[in-house]
Amino acid sequence: MTISRRDFGKLAGGVSAGLATPAAWTSARAQNQPIRVGCTVSQTGALASTKNSLIGYELWRDDINAAGGLLGRKIELVVYDDQSAPAQVPSIYSKLIDVDKVDFLFSPYGANLTATMMPLAKQRDRLVVGILTLASNDRLRHDKFFQAAPWGPNGADDWARGFFDLAKAQGIKKIAIVAADTEFSKTAAAGGRRVSESMGMEVVGYDIYPPTLNDFSSILRNLRSRQPEAIFLCSYPPDSTAMVRGLSEIGVANSVRLFGGAMVGPQYASLLQSLGQNLNGIVNFHLYVPEPTLKFPGIEGFLQKYEVKAKEANVDPLGFYIPPFCYAAGQIISEGIKATGSTDQAVVSKWLHENPVSTIVGQIRFNDIGDWTERRVLMAQFQGVRGNDVNQFRQAGKQVVLDPPALKSGEFVPFRQARA
Amino acid sequence: MRTLPFLVIAALILVGGLFLPQFVGNPYYFFAGYVVLQYVVIATGWNILGGYAGYINFGTSAFFGAGVYVAAFLIKAFGAPLPVQILAAGVVGMLLGVATGYLTLRIQGVYFSIATVALVVVLETLIHNIDYLGGASGMQTIAPPAPAWFGGQTQYVFCAMLVLAVVAVVAARFIERSWIGRSLRAIKASEPAAEACGVPTLSMKLVACAISGAIIAIAGAPYAYYASHVDPLSAFSLTIGLNALAMPLIGGTRSWIGPVIGALLLASVQQIATVTISSEFNILAVGIVLIAFVVLAPEGILGLIADLKEKLRRRGARP
Amino acid sequence: MEFLDLITNALVSGVALGSIYALLALGLSITFGVLHIPNVAHPALMIAGAYAVVFANARGLDPIVAALLLTVPFYALGIVFYEFYARAFEKRGRGNTLQSLTLFFGVSLVIEIALVVAFGTDLRSVEVPYVGRSLEFGIVLLPYRFLVPALLAPVVILALWLYMTRTYSGLALRAVAHDDRALSISGVNPVSIKRHAFGIATALAVLAGAALVITGPVDPFAGRVQIGRVFAIVVLAGLGSIPGTLVAAILIGIAEALVTAFLSPSWAPGVAFAILLGTLAIRPSGLFGAR
Repeated sequence: MTISRRDFGKLAGGVSAGLATPAAWTSARAQNQPIRVGCTVSQTGALASTKNSLIGYELWRDDINAAGGLLGRKIELVVYDDQSAPAQVPSIYSKLIDVDKVDFLFSPYGANLTATMMPLAKQRDRLVVGILTLASNDRLRHDKFFQAAPWGPNGADDWARGFFDLAKAQGIKKIAIVAADTEFSKTAAAGGRRVSESMGMEVVGYDIYPPTLNDFSSILRNLRSRQPEAIFLCSYPPDSTAMVRGLSEIGVANSVRLFGGAMVGPQYASLLQSLGQNLNGIVNFHLYVPEPTLKFPGIEGFLQKYEVKAKEANVDPLGFYIPPFCYAAGQIISEGIKATGSTDQAVVSKWLHENPVSTIVGQIRFNDIGDWTERRVLMAQFQGVRGNDVNQFRQAGKQVVLDPPALKSGEFVPFRQARA
Repeated sequence: MRTLPFLVIAALILVGGLFLPQFVGNPYYFFAGYVVLQYVVIATGWNILGGYAGYINFGTSAFFGAGVYVAAFLIKAFGAPLPVQILAAGVVGMLLGVATGYLTLRIQGVYFSIATVALVVVLETLIHNIDYLGGASGMQTIAPPAPAWFGGQTQYVFCAMLVLAVVAVVAARFIERSWIGRSLRAIKASEPAAEACGVPTLSMKLVACAISGAIIAIAGAPYAYYASHVDPLSAFSLTIGLNALAMPLIGGTRSWIGPVIGALLLASVQQIATVTISSEFNILAVGIVLIAFVVLAPEGILGLIADLKEKLRRRGARP
Repeated sequence: MEFLDLITNALVSGVALGSIYALLALGLSITFGVLHIPNVAHPALMIAGAYAVVFANARGLDPIVAALLLTVPFYALGIVFYEFYARAFEKRGRGNTLQSLTLFFGVSLVIEIALVVAFGTDLRSVEVPYVGRSLEFGIVLLPYRFLVPALLAPVVILALWLYMTRTYSGLALRAVAHDDRALSISGVNPVSIKRHAFGIATALAVLAGAALVITGPVDPFAGRVQIGRVFAIVVLAGLGSIPGTLVAAILIGIAEALVTAFLSPSWAPGVAFAILLGTLAIRPSGLFGAR
């Protein structure tokens, strides 16, 4: 990425313009003014690797505007950087709602950032589309919240249920759970424990490690002695890497037939490239893989356009994980507006609750708290990965979908066999 | 400034602030203003130990985070109201200050700074391991409806923070002008010399540590209601520690007004930059501002003003 | 038997981890320990070094060879950097702790953003043949990605120690820590000595960066989590003690590994700092510091 002239302009004009500019918008808002959609994107800080979500939003906006806009109005995005800091979020969303007067909101990325804006959104009765936030509306029950990610109903417990369904189908009785001490991973681990216990499996290990730990040998060694048949790993990118490396360095017990589940990281090109064939056999969640069973209308065109933009922006070249769902988040809003001919929060929300929405990530139906009525998290197995060329992951057959059954694109191979 | 005009101005700001929700309709200004005021409190509290006594607390977020989690605990356990949370946070902050001081104040200079960093990590690790407080996932702390006068939760916490800011500044000014402030300045100039002159250095430093810790911790208390959600990464954030150093530096550490100016200035610039530049260049801008200030105005704005006065005086004297 | 296996391996990986920590802290033990400049930008420099190594590795160079070659430009960078620092401060006497901390915080923010702009925000790693394999020795199993940087550390530390104790400019460097004026009387320019020392410290950052990126991937903000630990090691060692750095780092490495293996990994990050607090309370000058 280079510093564009636009950025320099922003840098120079930004501070002086200050708070004064947006106030001008608040007065007259004629019918031909753009429909404004606002959100934050973590462009800096720990979650900066999610900043490719911006490309998803921008492509949605460009597509809508190229087709003449909505109700004759253009879409305009208002996006700020939240620096991956929850403390920044409340004031930015107040700015979006109260000063910029945006019509619709996307949530920030992930549950911790979203938790600080949801009460505000509910209090102001705003329509919010959640961006990969897990269980963010379970307690608040805001009736204008819609989740873009396919966690499904009862997401906190069940989003990774596919992994346990697979374990059950393989007759697995002993499972070990290892999780990073972060919000998403811990939620996944706690849910995983409840699901495996309800399925009658024995949880032989439950380890929480700090996200800064970089030596996993002792965790792996501890695990080996407990002879688990499945290991459910909930990790973040740096530790996902360390764990996958640990598999070949320290090894796991021969009893392990199923490994993976909730690892964040192997969805990104940079990790796929550096880990390469070490990934073979791992069964991990994903939200989109280019398998023949997932040919939703529009997704391939989207990914082609994404690839070009990603190169310019120096972000993840594959873009399978977050960007399609940001585009879909936009579609949830635009489809609602198109169908109702209205930009009224209540009208659009009512329609979204009652009708399925077609998006590039498939058809979505929402339940009463805005989760997908059906879980569509993929459990995919890395198979036949060779070398470190990232382009192989653009082909079908490298990440074979095992669950949900309706989207199954290949057969499960036990862990050892798949790595042989 | 003389004491009477100072107190009058402080009272006017306080009363004016409490009436602000009646005149300003847009909640955004209360959200942004809350953050700015929070840093006024933090910078003022920091300066009592860092500016007057010269002990650089590098781990401000330990005290801030303690305040946040005391409030969160009280909300969860007893549903305690905001004033109780603030008082409790102050007491805990004070105890933490005394404990830290007792443990580390015999060490001088940079050693002390590093010891305070250690405190941040120890507390953060502790919170991570307390399931009752939500561990890494944090916990939801949604406030009950605020008193009707304020017209909203944000206005309420803003006004609370304003009260805290005024209290903190009045306290800092009082300390600065009292025998405590004189002792602390003597310690800063030369600890052995201060000791020789009969200043009880250790107990004076403990007092400074306790007051400073209490003020920083109360700045954290309203955060739980402000953000509706607390998590260890935000409570013990590096940003708090960084700003606590940078703001007094920018304003000037000699006098109570320095950290106030620094906090108002830097926090406003950060708030504005967040919603205008709003990309990685936001952080770049903050970095450059810090470097520029250290290089061009190492004694802060107060130092610049003093220099300017000095120049004018000399010019006036020459002809 | 299983216990023996566990404890042996925990000790071995603790030593390896500690040795790597020592390498990360080494540059700081010169800038902070000897020159008394609290360079909080050191971890960010380390990450910059790691990115430089990744860049060279993508063009086919071994990361350690690359790091050794890169010490030259990083040394030069350090010289420039010190010159800037000296001009800002030394004329009016030394910058105080507050000013230096703020300055270097600013610098580290600028470095982070420079890395974001140049390389993007995705995790970057190096490709080396030995990553993914382990050394097997009886019951001990140690991954090469820890072993190799862990072996690098003692070599670098030994070289540095020999330099500081056996050469004239090394001795001058240590002397500058104690007394500027005495040194200038003896005909050595203290500013040029300090500049040289800062150059060495910055050159060490690139070696540290290489060690870090061999053990695991980095992103532009990865330095932040290291700040606390490297300072803790330098202070625990006792300011300016080069061999002390290795001992203190290994102590922390072992403590973390034992806690991870026998208590719970989630307590590991607090261990280093609890040790530090305890040590400072009992022995304020650190393990090997002069009293």
